[in-house]
Amino acid sequence: MANYSTSEFKSGLKVMLDGDPCSIVENEFVKPGKGQAFNRVKMRNLKTGRTWERTFKSGESLEGADVMDHAMEYLYTDGEFWYFMEPTTFEQHQADEAAVGDAKLWLTDQAPCEVTLYNGTPLAVTAPNFVELEIVETDPGLKGDTAQGGSKPATLVTGAVVRVPLFIAQGEVIRVDTRSGEYVSRGGKS
Amino acid sequence: MEVETPLLASAGVTDPALEPIRVPCADGERFLQTSPEYAMKRLLAAGSGDIFQICKAFRAAEVGRRHNPEYTLLEWYRTGIDHYQLLREVAELLLTLLPHQRWQVWPYATLFEELLAINPFDAEVAVLETIAREQCGEVPPALSRDGWLDLLMSHCIEPAISTWGIVFVVDYPPSQASLARILPRGECCATAARFECYVDGVELANGYWEETDAVELKRRFDDDNARLTAAGQPARCLDPRFMAAMASGLPDCAGVALGLDRLLACQLGTRNLSGILAFDWHRS
Repeated sequence: MANYSTSEFKSGLKVMLDGDPCSIVENEFVKPGKGQAFNRVKMRNLKTGRTWERTFKSGESLEGADVMDHAMEYLYTDGEFWYFMEPTTFEQHQADEAAVGDAKLWLTDQAPCEVTLYNGTPLAVTAPNFVELEIVETDPGLKGDTAQGGSKPATLVTGAVVRVPLFIAQGEVIRVDTRSGEYVSRGGKS
Repeated sequence: MEVETPLLASAGVTDPALEPIRVPCADGERFLQTSPEYAMKRLLAAGSGDIFQICKAFRAAEVGRRHNPEYTLLEWYRTGIDHYQLLREVAELLLTLLPHQRWQVWPYATLFEELLAINPFDAEVAVLETIAREQCGEVPPALSRDGWLDLLMSHCIEPAISTWGIVFVVDYPPSQASLARILPRGECCATAARFECYVDGVELANGYWEETDAVELKRRFDDDNARLTAAGQPARCLDPRFMAAMASGLPDCAGVALGLDRLLACQLGTRNLSGILAFDWHRS
């Protein structure tokens, strides 16, 4: 992989640091008038998700990381691995639980996902921003409470639990924002 | 008197912290000036008297919210005054241009004592490193004494004084004198006759009571080159015309360079140069 110097650091660049693939979140150049220049860089470790700040001397360089985001389709899980397919090549990839992370709460058959590959292996999975999922369990709604805007827990087909308005019933399909884990609306609307 | 000097010079500066932009020309490589200092001092040595100019200056790889590799400087020199008189002149200029109504002067050492509880002149390098690791998170593994001081200045002191309005920092360590005189301070240690002007934490101007001794200047340039070669970089040629002018005699003078892009940003209340440049580095 190519090397990148601090002046080429920009948000989204993937580099290797202490043996782990990392993503540059922010890069700020600072220099005290005369003297040594530094780059204060906010980085995210793509394996652990940890975000932290590290200072480099300007002009230092890091090796690029072989990390690429691919659009894939979710296929199924066998409980241990989650399987994804590249829609153009039909190539399949298996991701372990650490790579799938919270995305597993939102995956249903053929969901379009973003899978981050590191040296060809899934490192992280990002679910679509919005998904529509069926409610498999929730208490019956109480008529007359709708004006209060109250909410109740509902378990989705994937196992995720979200707060829904009281008028939503078991068996309904709802639209959820996967970034916040919040109910958006009833499903079927576009 | 307003002057104009060439942007492209046959020699650059030796300061290891400044990287000039090199330009291939038909008769050899030239350097876009990192500041008009050398050319203006040649005019002073030739008897110009007090001079100023507004010009472009260039510094390779200095790109950021407050840095653009191509930027505009107002640089001026006055003969027969020291850096404290020049500092007062800068303050008066800023008070007419900015909403600020007061300014303050802080010795470099007092700032470090007040904000970090250390004396930057005699603290051990290991102590500087420990404080940097405590205050600034993950930092480079090995820096020089001035490197740690620069890191603490840019990471801790500058953010801390960003609410202090117009601040002049004076009495720098002699190792950071650049081309300023070094003055004895009391009995124990010397300080550089240099000031930096910060407005709301943004470094706006750098001034010197100029070193006029050609032998001392030659020694500092040789030090720069020793540091460059120790870091595995090629030594840089001293500018023979500048050295000859210094040998012929620079009059007693003080000079300052003030960044006009940052001044405009301060006037408009933005901390981001892209907000005041028609096209910043990424769009030029």
